[in-house]
Parts: sequence; structure tokens; C-alpha cells
Amino acid sequence: MGSASTNSSWSVGATKSDVLVKELTRAQIVMYAGASGDYIPLHTDEVYAKEVAGYPSVFAHGMLTMGLAGVLLTDWFGDGTLRTFGGRFRNQVWPGDTLTGHAEIVAVTSVEENGATIEIVEATLDVVNQDGAVVFQATASAAPALS
Amino acid sequence: MSKRPFPVEAGHVLTFARSIGDENPVYRDVDYAKDKGFANIIAPPTFTQGAAHFDEEYPGRPQPGQPWIGSGATPTGVVDDGSTNQGTEMHAEQHFEYHRPVMVGDVLTTTTREGETWTKESKRAGTLTFTERIFDYTDQTGALVLTVREVAVRTENPVEG
Repeated sequence: MGSASTNSSWSVGATKSDVLVKELTRAQIVMYAGASGDYIPLHTDEVYAKEVAGYPSVFAHGMLTMGLAGVLLTDWFGDGTLRTFGGRFRNQVWPGDTLTGHAEIVAVTSVEENGATIEIVEATLDVVNQDGAVVFQATASAAPALS
Repeated sequence: MSKRPFPVEAGHVLTFARSIGDENPVYRDVDYAKDKGFANIIAPPTFTQGAAHFDEEYPGRPQPGQPWIGSGATPTGVVDDGSTNQGTEMHAEQHFEYHRPVMVGDVLTTTTREGETWTKESKRAGTLTFTERIFDYTDQTGALVLTVREVAVRTENPVEG
């Protein structure tokens, strides 16, 4: 099932899957370091990550993965509509990884807010790498009618 | 508890959106954003990570004249006196609760609170120490824009994914 139109009502069980990044580059990790301000050498410094910290290479900031995952949600539910977005980082993400997000609507509720009835959509979102390992597991809620 | 100002700037939002591969014009084109009903360019949901730029004491950024843990002339600029363990601090969880989108022109105030601390035993990584911190972002009118709960984990040993 593809993404629902913002004009139709949202239904439990609707899904959306997107490739979030194809073969992640070290340069994109550096871009994220610059934008977020997090220059920790495990993410930005291959020499340090290998020779000092003992990892096979640098790895992505968890928040880069969460940022990539958020694109699927805002593409689906609309700009500026998220109410909550939270999750756990389950595995590291390495240069060369291809990440896919799988989201599913698990609840749709109507609530009264400021005198109007709005729909709140709740979803789960799993991000998996090319080997099928879950790297990030999240839940989110949105009020798509507000966009 | 500490407080500091975080001005939300268009160039910062643009570079942040690019870094997560998001080409949505709502993050860079003010006319497009206004057509969508927003007062200004809005920021992606995880944008407040960029608040680190406005934290003068943020440890994850090299400071002029100070030793830096990363490589330069040598693989690390910090002499290992044996006091540092070989574990790693990593991000375990992140939770955002939004009241409205962050927008260019906002001057957010970040208020940081310490949360809980707990430990857990792991076969591959030794003792895991979890530390929770909570960040409240209020705007120039004093209204709460979002709350972020972050959980970091320090491992006893290095771990691979």
C-alpha cells in the first residue's frame, strides 16, 4: 500500500516504505556533523575511530538516522504536523549502508482541540539496513489535518 | 539546570535539511512555506539537535587552543593516562514532543534538566550506564515549542553493530 492522500481519512494498517539513504557516504555524515554541531570523532575522524576507538570505520550519528527517518513521516503526514516522534537506536549505521524505513498506522483517533475535531494518527516506524537488521525503532503521532 | 538562547536561522535550517537529504522547499523557500500556511520557513522535526552550535561549552566540538580527542599529528590529541576506559558513549533513545513547528526567526531558549540514571548488564558491552536529559525549548513569547528527552548509554567495552 502506498501513501495516503492528505484528503482521504487515515486508516489503521496503512503503510509506507521508503529508501531513506542509499549507500550512506562519509561526506553525508560530515554534512550532518556540520549541521548538528556534533563533531565527535567517532563520526568524523576515520583515523581516531579505527586506531584509537577500535571500530572498523566511522559510523553515523544516531540522530542522522532519526533525521532520515523523519523525512518519511513528514512526506507522509505533511509539513509541520508531527506531535510526537521518539525511538531507540538499535544498531550502528556505517558508511555504505542502505537504510529503508517501514511505517504503519496503528491508531487513528478523533480529538477535540480548540473547538475543532481533528484526527490524530499514530504510527510505528522501523528503519532497517541492507542486511535486514533494525537500526532504529520509533513511534510517532501527527495531526495531518492541520497542514 | 542551564539556559541558553538558540536563534533559528534560515541558513542553518537549509544546511540541516540538506544533511538529512530532505529537498522539501518548506525548509528553504519562504514563499512556499507561506503558501502552505506557515509564517516563515519551518525546520525539520529533529532540527533542534543543532542547538549544540549555541552551547559555548559543548564538548563535541574542537575548541581553539584546547586539546581535541580526535586525530591530528597523532591518532588522538589527548594523552591516554590510563584514566579513560575504552568504552563508548552512544545515543540510546531520543523522544520529541512538539507543540508547534520550529520556525526561522524563532529565538528559542533551551532549558536542560537532568533525568534518571540507571545501569544494565550486557554480554557484549559490559556494564551499560544510561543517563537521561530533558531539554525544554521555549520561544520568544515564553511558550513551550517542544520538549526533547534524550537517553545516552556508556558502554564498558567498545561494541560493533
